[in-house]
Amino acid sequence: MRALRLIFGFLVAASVPAFAAGSEADFKAAYASAEAAEKEAGNLRNQWLTTETALADAKKAAAAGNFDQAVASAKEAEALAKASIFQATSEKERWKDMEIR
Amino acid sequence: MKARFAILVASAALALAALAAVAPRAIAADTPDPVADAKTFRDYFTNKFPKLKLEDFVNGPYSMNEDMHKQWLEKEEFPPYEFALDAGKEMFEKPFKNGKTYADCFPEGGIGIRQNYPYFDEKEGKVVTLELALNRCREANGEAPYSYVKDEMASLTAYMASTSRGKAMNIKIPNDPRALEAYQDGKRYFYTRRGQLNFSCAGCHVQSPGERLRAEILAPALGILNAMPIYRSEWSGMGTISRRFVTCNSQTRAVPLAPQSDEYRDLEYYLSYLSNGLPISGPGARP
Repeated sequence: MRALRLIFGFLVAASVPAFAAGSEADFKAAYASAEAAEKEAGNLRNQWLTTETALADAKKAAAAGNFDQAVASAKEAEALAKASIFQATSEKERWKDMEIR
Repeated sequence: MKARFAILVASAALALAALAAVAPRAIAADTPDPVADAKTFRDYFTNKFPKLKLEDFVNGPYSMNEDMHKQWLEKEEFPPYEFALDAGKEMFEKPFKNGKTYADCFPEGGIGIRQNYPYFDEKEGKVVTLELALNRCREANGEAPYSYVKDEMASLTAYMASTSRGKAMNIKIPNDPRALEAYQDGKRYFYTRRGQLNFSCAGCHVQSPGERLRAEILAPALGILNAMPIYRSEWSGMGTISRRFVTCNSQTRAVPLAPQSDEYRDLEYYLSYLSNGLPISGPGARP
């Protein structure tokens, strides 16, 4: 009985990280948000290489089952994509400040 | 009460007067004026480098200091682009499967015409570059297009540039609002910051020519395309204007656009127009 309890304990302990990572669903949601932001940056013709790299990293980590890393990379990609959108939007008028006059 | 009203009216009148004074300038900044732009652009560079002869700007980093100039003179004795020139000449003269050649696609048989590219095609309503025209020529004659960035395209444009060496860049903006729009779009692209490093083309080639960016000495934007295509030691090979634009974008950590996308064609149009009057010196060599 004691051995059974021990085995059960080990099984629960082993399964906790998988449940805590949450995580395929979290990854899918984070990746979808990042991808949407990157698509918007694409429509503005202003994607960044680093965003593409972070998206690829997210996919790779998810494929390896490392959903914590996958979520982190997807969130990084979303932040980068949003920064590139901000850049493209603010440069719509700001480029004129750079012009030789 | 009356005094307060009078102050209000006077303030409003002053504000309107101030707006009226500023508005024409704002409109002027938004209305493309290529002739004025070209003069301002040239003045900027000649004032920045007063000792440099105008025609020497086409030598890019090799015009920026005496040591670099010496290096260039030595390089020109056995130019690294020579193999591309020979290959380009051979390719240019070799008939397509249908018996026609590139000469059939271009005015003057394609010889001594580099300085007229890119041009604004009023039928298409877009800018046509030499690289684009070469691939269109191939496709019209049943041949597969070449990659825009190197190898065969670089060799062909190298040969065509060599037949125009010394001729003044001669880009025209026809009386067509679409041509002016293409010019203005090229200008916007040139000055717009992009990529994670937040650089514009102007950030390097207007604000910092002659300065070092790591091991490179930055070229001035004036005359920057006159030496294209180039053999670049960094690439260990030849590269076209398309390749230069793509790698510039990558270096700022921006996802490059497709070669010969509208933006790159307009950028080439803008930059080439500003270099009107400067000699074609291509093909060139760069560190």
